[in-house]
Amino acid sequence: MPTELGNVLAVRNVSIRFGGLTALTDIAFAVRRGSITAVIGPNGAGKTTLFNCITGFYRPASGTIRLFQGGADLERTRRALERLPIHRIARLGVARTYQNTRLFAGMTALENLLVAQHAFVARGLVPGLIGTPRYRRAEAEAERRAWSWLTFMGLDAAANRRAGTLAYGQQRRLEIARAMAARPALICLDEPAAGLNPQEALELNGLIRRLRGEFGVSVLLIEHHMGVVMSISDHVIVLDHGQVISQGTPAEVQRDPKVVKAYLGEEDPQPRVRASGGA
Amino acid sequence: MDPAKPAPLPPASAQPAPVPQASLPQGSAPPLASRTPRAREGGMLSWGAALGDAALAAGVAAVLFVPILGLVLDRNKIEPHLLRPALAVLAVFAGRLTFGLAVRSGAWSMGGAGLARLTRLLAARLGAMPGALAARPVRGGLLAIAVLGALPALPFSSNYLLHVMSLTFIYVLLAMGLNIVVGLAGLLDLGYVAFYAVGAYSYALLAKHADVSFWLALPAGALIAAGAGCLLGFPVLRMHGDYLAIVTLGFGEIVRLLLVNLVGLTGGPNGIVAPHPTLFGLVFAATAPPGRRTFHEAFGLEFAPTHRYVFLYLAILVFMVGAVWVFLRLKHMPIGRAWEALKEDEVAARAAGINPTTTKLAAFVLGASFGGIGGVFYAGMEGFINPSSFTFIESAMILAIVVLGGMGSVAGVALAALGITLLPELFREFGNYRMLVFGLAMVFIMVWRPGGLLAVSRRSIARRAHAD
Repeated sequence: MPTELGNVLAVRNVSIRFGGLTALTDIAFAVRRGSITAVIGPNGAGKTTLFNCITGFYRPASGTIRLFQGGADLERTRRALERLPIHRIARLGVARTYQNTRLFAGMTALENLLVAQHAFVARGLVPGLIGTPRYRRAEAEAERRAWSWLTFMGLDAAANRRAGTLAYGQQRRLEIARAMAARPALICLDEPAAGLNPQEALELNGLIRRLRGEFGVSVLLIEHHMGVVMSISDHVIVLDHGQVISQGTPAEVQRDPKVVKAYLGEEDPQPRVRASGGA
Repeated sequence: MDPAKPAPLPPASAQPAPVPQASLPQGSAPPLASRTPRAREGGMLSWGAALGDAALAAGVAAVLFVPILGLVLDRNKIEPHLLRPALAVLAVFAGRLTFGLAVRSGAWSMGGAGLARLTRLLAARLGAMPGALAARPVRGGLLAIAVLGALPALPFSSNYLLHVMSLTFIYVLLAMGLNIVVGLAGLLDLGYVAFYAVGAYSYALLAKHADVSFWLALPAGALIAAGAGCLLGFPVLRMHGDYLAIVTLGFGEIVRLLLVNLVGLTGGPNGIVAPHPTLFGLVFAATAPPGRRTFHEAFGLEFAPTHRYVFLYLAILVFMVGAVWVFLRLKHMPIGRAWEALKEDEVAARAAGINPTTTKLAAFVLGASFGGIGGVFYAGMEGFINPSSFTFIESAMILAIVVLGGMGSVAGVALAALGITLLPELFREFGNYRMLVFGLAMVFIMVWRPGGLLAVSRRSIARRAHAD
C-alpha cells in the first residue's frame, strides 16, 4: 500500500453483507490525489455496492473509509466516512453520479446545478426572506457557477429547460455538472459512458480528463467500456465476486491472468482483456 | 404542473398538454348502442332497434324500481304502490328511446361535437387568461391588493361580504402554509387543521388565563403551532406518501379529540370564548369594559358594527399578503430548491449535500406557523371557537384549495380559496347538496386541468453580466 500522503481516499478492509450474501469482502485500495482510478469487473462484482459504501448509501459491516481533504496536517484533515450520513459525506467533498441518471427531472438544468451548491449558499431563512446583500451575493455567485458549468458541458441552450426533457446524452452531462458544482475533492462516476454512442464516449473521455486537469478533482469511475478505462485511467481496480482480484496500471491489470480468468473464464487461452461492449 | 400557457408548449415536453380532454359524449355512449351500426338508411330498422333497446332498459328499471319504490312497508304489512315505479319506468323508457334515436340519427354526435368544440373554446379562453395574468404577476398582484384594500369603501360592501372575504383570506393564508408542506416539500399532510386549531385555542386560552392581547397572541400562536409542527415532524420524517398521509391524518384527529375531551382546559364541545381583536387597546364594541376605551369614542365616530368588520378585514388582508409574499420568496430560496429537490429525488438530493431531516422539519414548522396565525385570526374574528370547526373536512378543504389552485401557484390558490368559501355561501339554499356541487366541481377541474386552475410556470434565470 502506498503512503497515505498523496491519497484522497483510502478504503481498508471494507466488507458488507446483505442477509447471508457477502457483497464485498475485505476491499482495500486507495485513490491518489488528482488521479483517474477505474473500478472494473464483471456484472454483479460489487462495483456499485462499493460506490454506495463510499458515498454513505450503505454502511459497511466492517472496515474503514478515509477521506483526506488535503493540506499539510494529514491527521487533522482525515475524515472517517463509513459512519457518516449521505449529506455529510457530500459536504466533505465526495460527489457522485448514478448508473441510471437521477436528476431532479422537474427542475430546470440550472436549478439542478443550484441545488448542488446547497452547501455554499446562504441558507438562513431570515436573510433569504429580506434579501440581505450577503444572501444576494451568494445566490449570484451560485448562478454564475451554474452557468459556467453549463457552458463547460455545452448545455447553455438547455439552461432553463426541465432536466427531464433533455436528451439522454445531455442528461448524463448535466449529472456530471451537478456533481462538479458541489466542488468535490473526489467525484465518483458510475458508468458515465453507459448508453452513449462511440463518438459520445470519446468526447466523455476528453471531458473526464479536463475535469481532472482543469479542476484538480480526483476521479473514481466504474466503467464497462474498456476503451474508456484503458485510455484514461492511471490506476485500475478489478473486482470479482466482491473481492479485489487485481489492481495496478492498465497495462499491469491487462496482463494479470486472474483478470483474464474473471472476464473470459478458465479455459480461454486469450491473453488479454477484450473490449467487449457491455462486458 | 404543466405550463400556464397552453399554446406555446415546447414539443419536447413530456408533460401532458393542458389542452382539455373535452369530455366527448360520443365516447360515453353505451356499448349497446355503439355496437349497432348507424342504421340511418332503414328508418324502420332504426326505430325497431331503438324501441328494443328502450324496452330492455325499461325492463331493468322495472326490476330495480318495483321493489324499491313500489312496495311500501306500512307497520306490519306491505302495501303495493305501483304507480310510482310505473312512472319511473316510463321515464327511463322515454329517455332511453330519445337517446337511442338521437344516437342513431346522428343528431347526438353532431351535438356532441358542438359541445366538445364549446368546451375546447372555453378551456382555451380560460387557459389564455392565466397566461395573460402570469405575464405581469407583480402588476396583477398589486392591482388585486389595491382592489381588495378598497373593497370596504365600495358601495356594495356589507358586513356579510367583509366577513366572508375575511374567511377567504384566512383560507388563502392556510393554503399558503399547507402549500409549503404539500406543494413545495411534497409531504402530503392530511392533518393540517391541527395547527389551525392549535393557533385558535392558543389565543383563546392565552387570552382567558393570561390576558394576552390578540396582537401578542399572533406570534405566540405561530410559535406554539410551530412547536406542534415539530412534534408531528420528528416522528414522520422517515415516512413517505401514504404512510405520511395516514399519520398526519391521525395527528389531526388526536388534536381534535384532545380539544373535545380536555373539558377542563378547552371547554370541550361547548367551546371557548375568544375576545375580538383591539386596535392599540381600543375596543370594537358599543361600550368598553372598565378601564378600556372604544374605537368610536377615540375617533369621535358614531358606533357602528362595521368598524370591527373593516378592521379585521384589513388586518387579515395584510397578513394574507404577507403570507403570499413569504411563500413566493421561499419558493426561490435555497430551502425552496432543497424542498423541491427532496420531492423530486430524495436520494440524489441527499447526495447533493441536503440534510433531509432539517429541511423537511423546516417545511413542517413553517407550514404549521402559518396555520397557527390563521387560527388566531379565526378565533379573534369569530369570537368563539369549538372543536367542530376543526374537523377533518377542514383539512380536506384546505388541501383541495392547494390542489385545485395548482400546487405552488399563488393566483390559482387565491382563486380556489375564493371559490371554495364563496360557492358554499352562494349555494346555501342547496343545503347538503352544495357538497355534491362542490365535489362535482372538483372532479371537473381535476379532469380538465390536472395541474390545477392555474398551473405553475417555472422561473427562467437569465444569465447575468458578471464582472469577475
